[in-house]
Amino acid sequence: MPDHPPQLLEVTDSGLYCAAGDFYVDPWRRVERAVITHAHADHARSGCGRYLCAAPGKTVLRTRMGGNATIDAVRYGEPVTINGATVSLHPAGHVLGSAQVRIEHRGETWVVSGDYKLQADPTCAAFEPVPCDVFITESTFGLPVSHWPDPAQVAAEINAWWRTNRDAGRTSVILAYALGKAQRLAAMLDPEIGPIVAHGAVMKLVEAYRASGVRLPSIDRVPPRARRVGDGRALVIAPPSVLGGSWLKLFGESSLAVASGWMTVRGVRRRRGVEKGFVVSDHADFPGLLAAVEASRARRVLVTHGFADVLARFLREQKGLDAAPLATRFTGEVPPDAAAAEDHEDDESPP
Amino acid sequence: MKQFTDLYWRLDATTRTQEKLAALVAYFTAAAPADAACAVGVLCGARQLRAVSTTLLRQWVAEETGLPEWLVEDAYAHVGDLAETLALLLPDTAGDDGDVRPGLAETVATTIHAIRDADEGRKREVVTATWRQLAPRERIVWHKLLTGGLRVGVSRTLVARALAEVAGVEPAVMTHRLMGVAGGPLDAAGFTRLLAPETAADDRRPYPFFLASAVDQTDPVAVAAELGPIEAWQAEWKWDGMRAQIVRRGDDATLWSRGEELVNDAFPEIVAAAAQLPSGTVLDGELLAVGRGGSAGGLSLLGFAALSKRAGRRTVPKKILTEIPAVFVAYDLVEHGGIDLRPQPLCDRRAVLETVVPDCFGAALTAPPAEAVLFRSPLVAADSWALLAARRAESRGRGVEGLMLKRRSSPYGTGRTRGDWWKWKIEPLEIDAVLLYAQAGHGRRAGLHSDYTLGVWDGDRLVTIAKAYSGLADAEIVEIDRIVRATTLERHGPVRICEPTLVMQLAFEGVAASTRHKSGVAVRFPRIVRWRREKTPAEAGTLADLRRMLAQFS
Repeated sequence: MPDHPPQLLEVTDSGLYCAAGDFYVDPWRRVERAVITHAHADHARSGCGRYLCAAPGKTVLRTRMGGNATIDAVRYGEPVTINGATVSLHPAGHVLGSAQVRIEHRGETWVVSGDYKLQADPTCAAFEPVPCDVFITESTFGLPVSHWPDPAQVAAEINAWWRTNRDAGRTSVILAYALGKAQRLAAMLDPEIGPIVAHGAVMKLVEAYRASGVRLPSIDRVPPRARRVGDGRALVIAPPSVLGGSWLKLFGESSLAVASGWMTVRGVRRRRGVEKGFVVSDHADFPGLLAAVEASRARRVLVTHGFADVLARFLREQKGLDAAPLATRFTGEVPPDAAAAEDHEDDESPP
Repeated sequence: MKQFTDLYWRLDATTRTQEKLAALVAYFTAAAPADAACAVGVLCGARQLRAVSTTLLRQWVAEETGLPEWLVEDAYAHVGDLAETLALLLPDTAGDDGDVRPGLAETVATTIHAIRDADEGRKREVVTATWRQLAPRERIVWHKLLTGGLRVGVSRTLVARALAEVAGVEPAVMTHRLMGVAGGPLDAAGFTRLLAPETAADDRRPYPFFLASAVDQTDPVAVAAELGPIEAWQAEWKWDGMRAQIVRRGDDATLWSRGEELVNDAFPEIVAAAAQLPSGTVLDGELLAVGRGGSAGGLSLLGFAALSKRAGRRTVPKKILTEIPAVFVAYDLVEHGGIDLRPQPLCDRRAVLETVVPDCFGAALTAPPAEAVLFRSPLVAADSWALLAARRAESRGRGVEGLMLKRRSSPYGTGRTRGDWWKWKIEPLEIDAVLLYAQAGHGRRAGLHSDYTLGVWDGDRLVTIAKAYSGLADAEIVEIDRIVRATTLERHGPVRICEPTLVMQLAFEGVAASTRHKSGVAVRFPRIVRWRREKTPAEAGTLADLRRMLAQFS
């Protein structure tokens, strides 16, 4: 990587650090001051002195960080000064309240994308490109095999699958991250088909979304210690961690699906033995990543988690950009089997 | 092409046999005969020729998409399937007019067969034009056809069942009609003939196999008490092979396994010998693997493990034909001169059998001579149960599993009717083995770790010797599942590698040298007898124990 002194942001043991403002963006250790792009566990750690997030995401972050956390919220686009740096948050389109962090100091502007998608999502504000000098982008799906189908078409596929299962008396179970994906899925469903029920971990966030003013269809919680649930008509939304456990047995005969960007790849679906994969991702696909990079008009691009080396090399060699990978500890959307194996992310109830 | 693509993905989406069957039936009902004929060939594993090399395809995809070749390779490394990678990389230009595009047969003829011998420029022209016409999910299937690599997760037996349902004939009839489909292309007329109504002439059905029950006793006195005077019984060796029927009717011979699978392809030498039998003959017997260099220049029995190397094959390479020759030992004549002999007493059937099939064993009842392929199972003579018990004790040394006892007056029954046919097997071998890997079961045991890989000590390390999943009570499996989860060291997909803590008493029928297990030995028909809770892994058996058994009994 060529030398670009001074760095507005640098990777330290605790995370991405802004010396000019003395704060961290999505730190992976407890720090005094944290600016949070979104509330997923690989981006928001509990125990920091003070959090700053976008206003629509405050309730969700509160659910995750606990009642005692000090959380400041700002409207999208509203600049605040932290020590010497001007900071503003801009919609990233990833989950409710997700933000790109824009940092300006002495005429230089950096944007940290966090996780983002360009697709429309009724449960959160749409991604807005933010011009900058240096753009730090994610690359979870930074391979050209990733290009997402039209969400309306996927919604039709999901509802058709649910209807078929219902007619056969089989419960439909979809595995999806508890924060974001689950609510987006719920918004894609046609409640006329049957009842929608959700795992407790999902419900907690459904309630946080509702409290933040997001309209979702009626969803029932799977009662604790239930012996049997439903009569084969329901659609169940559950986090990937239920795979392999006994919880799924509550529903008797069921058809299991996973909603994930990884479902474009047949091998990932087959490895886990799920019957159905729906391509629903809250991350940008390959064309989306390229579009976001271009829209940022950045002279320099730093690529984090996912296929950082691949995307950086592509941007360098094919687009003539000054691009390099940046080592962080973000994980993005992990394949569903790995999610179950590693008790990733939303598998555990928040503290 | 769209219909076949839909079938491919429906078959891919489920592991349930009934759903696969339903998908096949729906396809064969709806598809045009020419397309269906082409599909039958593909599904039955007819040899596919590669029309374009994968190297060229990768290069063309890179050029079409403007992606650098290194990125195509990176994507392939991630996706793990070249046909799929290329299909995903290409832009999705095809509209939703799948129904008006050409069917499978025409697509294969014009875009694959037609360019096999064409020059590179022409190939590329056709390939890129086809990409633009197909949706990504169609492209995957087409790429696989193009490169000769399409494998579909259905057995030929299942394809036959589906076609039988569509045609309204017996599955065995359809299986017979499908014989040879793998050898050459099937056309529309051929497919229509496949679905023709059943006639008497195409009956190749085997008879339902008559099965024996197990004699639990070891002591000859107890056996005598249960079965009565020995004069009423015929004794034969219980062979360590694969039960099968030769059906010689019409102008050919067919060989059927107990699962009503047609195994002609795996045993061409048996089929050739069976073709010499008079038409209207059905023999019940055992397929055995034999080796050269047996006593007195004859053959020696190789056992089931060797046979299984041939059993599932669609073609048998010359090397295997010479290394693992097979023989058919006939022990019953079920049809003779086109007449069903099943109601007749065994002694009468045996008398006719002796006129139909030669006895190549000779008086010594040792191994058959080298040139023999088809002969009858010799009788094991003994005047008393005590003497017969002594013969039974020779079993392991002979490479057989014990004795078959059949009542001389018995008809050839159906299923497992108790009373007339018994297997008097030798006692199993046993060893205490340590649970090393566990995998979740299926069906009722889905999600429960109920399939175990077990190992024994080789010096100070444990080596695997067998996979076993029966013999434990449900409650024990639940308890072991908990222990497996708590002691998991590593996970590889569905398989958990566990800390060695559990000892199982493992029973098996024999020991053979193996390249599959790290230990170099394999045990035959392993099953768990019980969970040795009182034992620690340190007290489990050793590889030396197994090698001793191997030396002793082979």
